[in-house]
Amino acid sequence: MGMTMVEKILARATGRTSVKAGEVVEPWVDLAMSHENGALVLNQFHEIYKGTGMEARVWDPSRIAIIFDHRVPAESSKTATNQKKLREFVANQGIGKFHDIRGDEGGICHQILPENGYIRPGYVVVGTDSHTTSHGALGAFAFGIGATEMASVWALGIVLNVEVPGTIKVVVNGELPKYVLPKDLILFLIGKISAEGANFKVIEFHGSTIQKMSTSGRLTICNMSVEAGATSGIVPPDSMTLGYLKKIAGIEEQIVVFGPDSDATYDQIIEIDASRLDPQVACPHTVDNVKSVQEVAGKKIQQVVIGSCTNGRLDDIEVVAQILRGKKVNRDVRMLIFPASGRIFREAIENGYVTTLMEAGAVVANSGCGPCLGVHQGALADGDTALSTTNRNFKGRMGNPNSEVYLCSPAVAAASALTGVITDPRIGG
Amino acid sequence: MSKVVLKLGDDVSTDIIYPGRFMATVLPSETPQYAFADIPDFNARLKKGEFTKESVVVAGKNFGCGSSREQAASCLKGPDLVVIARHFARIFLQNSINLGLKTIICPDIEAEEGDELEIFGDKVINNTSGKTFPIKPLPKARQSIIDAGGLIPYTRNRLLERKV
Repeated sequence: MGMTMVEKILARATGRTSVKAGEVVEPWVDLAMSHENGALVLNQFHEIYKGTGMEARVWDPSRIAIIFDHRVPAESSKTATNQKKLREFVANQGIGKFHDIRGDEGGICHQILPENGYIRPGYVVVGTDSHTTSHGALGAFAFGIGATEMASVWALGIVLNVEVPGTIKVVVNGELPKYVLPKDLILFLIGKISAEGANFKVIEFHGSTIQKMSTSGRLTICNMSVEAGATSGIVPPDSMTLGYLKKIAGIEEQIVVFGPDSDATYDQIIEIDASRLDPQVACPHTVDNVKSVQEVAGKKIQQVVIGSCTNGRLDDIEVVAQILRGKKVNRDVRMLIFPASGRIFREAIENGYVTTLMEAGAVVANSGCGPCLGVHQGALADGDTALSTTNRNFKGRMGNPNSEVYLCSPAVAAASALTGVITDPRIGG
Repeated sequence: MSKVVLKLGDDVSTDIIYPGRFMATVLPSETPQYAFADIPDFNARLKKGEFTKESVVVAGKNFGCGSSREQAASCLKGPDLVVIARHFARIFLQNSINLGLKTIICPDIEAEEGDELEIFGDKVINNTSGKTFPIKPLPKARQSIIDAGGLIPYTRNRLLERKV
């Protein structure tokens, strides 16, 4: 019997020739990532060692990444103190993959990891962040865990008692129409299968649309797989992946890649014709409340957010700049843009996008998670409606339970910023 | 006997259970004050200590969806609440098991605020309505962690085994 991508990866990570969905395994971890919530991991890590007489040392400091992105620069003294504790821990344990609040090497964890070559096909990656699913874009099995589970990984180097997930195969064929982006594809899929449609399962992406899709787009679709409840999303690695690893991530050595077996067993197969998709919008207050842009066009908005681990990469900023070029953001709208990393920010400056965006009236802020999770940088007023390229629209998500968040692609967000109402980018702002 | 102190619907996200703006507070001893902060009435009663141990939060499907923040589990574990839901989102369920928060998967549960429930073996008995609902066992991989009293003692045991 053949194996799916995740079965193959977990077989490799347990030193076995095969594993099957439903089995319980303890895979070795290739990379373990935390952000500011590493402060809680740290607390739990020390709890584990209490009374053992052992010194608390991480299993392999070269395999641990700590990236500050959720609240940067620190929004409170409490956060600043947590960050300080983590800096001390990093120095003390010799953790190498540490990205502090810096313009040269800082940014959002789910951009920093791939662009620095920390993710490779076939890796087992865990992160104390639900959007760790993003890294399936490079053919890794990457999933979110809690802080205590991460403390256990720091100590042991394995994830305990993992049930091998079943896999849903999603086959996407056809060319995405103009201004229909990978974000629209994943929103459409979430709307179709619901917020729990892939619970405890992996979504494996196939088809000609995926093969042609850039790694940036693949990061977007794998990132939001968790919004359908998936343990992870994954794209079998191919020449696009190898190109990214060489050109963007700067990995020189030869990388061996593998796909799923042709006779692998899938729980479900879903086919999507990309050429028929419209731009999509996820309406309040669940990510699976998805409609085509025509159905919600005309809805008044007060804030537009471009960025996050979902849509803050250079091609996202590029499409926004194209739509905004020579035009003005509506006077009733605040438009906030957060490049996903310092590197992307600098590239956006070099390409002239930042000037275009600022001349149009947008505010371009530092790299980081920004207002996505409602901590700082762009809180909403009572009654405000935000249109955002981020990944969640739960009640209170952007910090105010008396506001609404709609989710969309960078193209819909940009076109709407010009008009002040949700707008179909194919018709224009 | 346990009383239902909060009844919620489907898809309750971790942003509702523990809003993101309190995420800088991480210690399990400090998180309960922000549990369901945007449901002010419930939060106020919780802070006043009105709920006895094992009081129940009842919810629909996909409870705990969204972020991996463990505060969403620790803030309910602190006051020793029990969560009975039709089913749970993966990371939240795992966090709960790891921290010892009692989570019960009860696919058909029907209960209202004020109802008296009894958790008995493989079923939940609603003594107010007189109805009984079957419990679905937790994922098998997790039982050894529950038996050890949570992931911290479980991991500690594994470390000590390795040392030997």
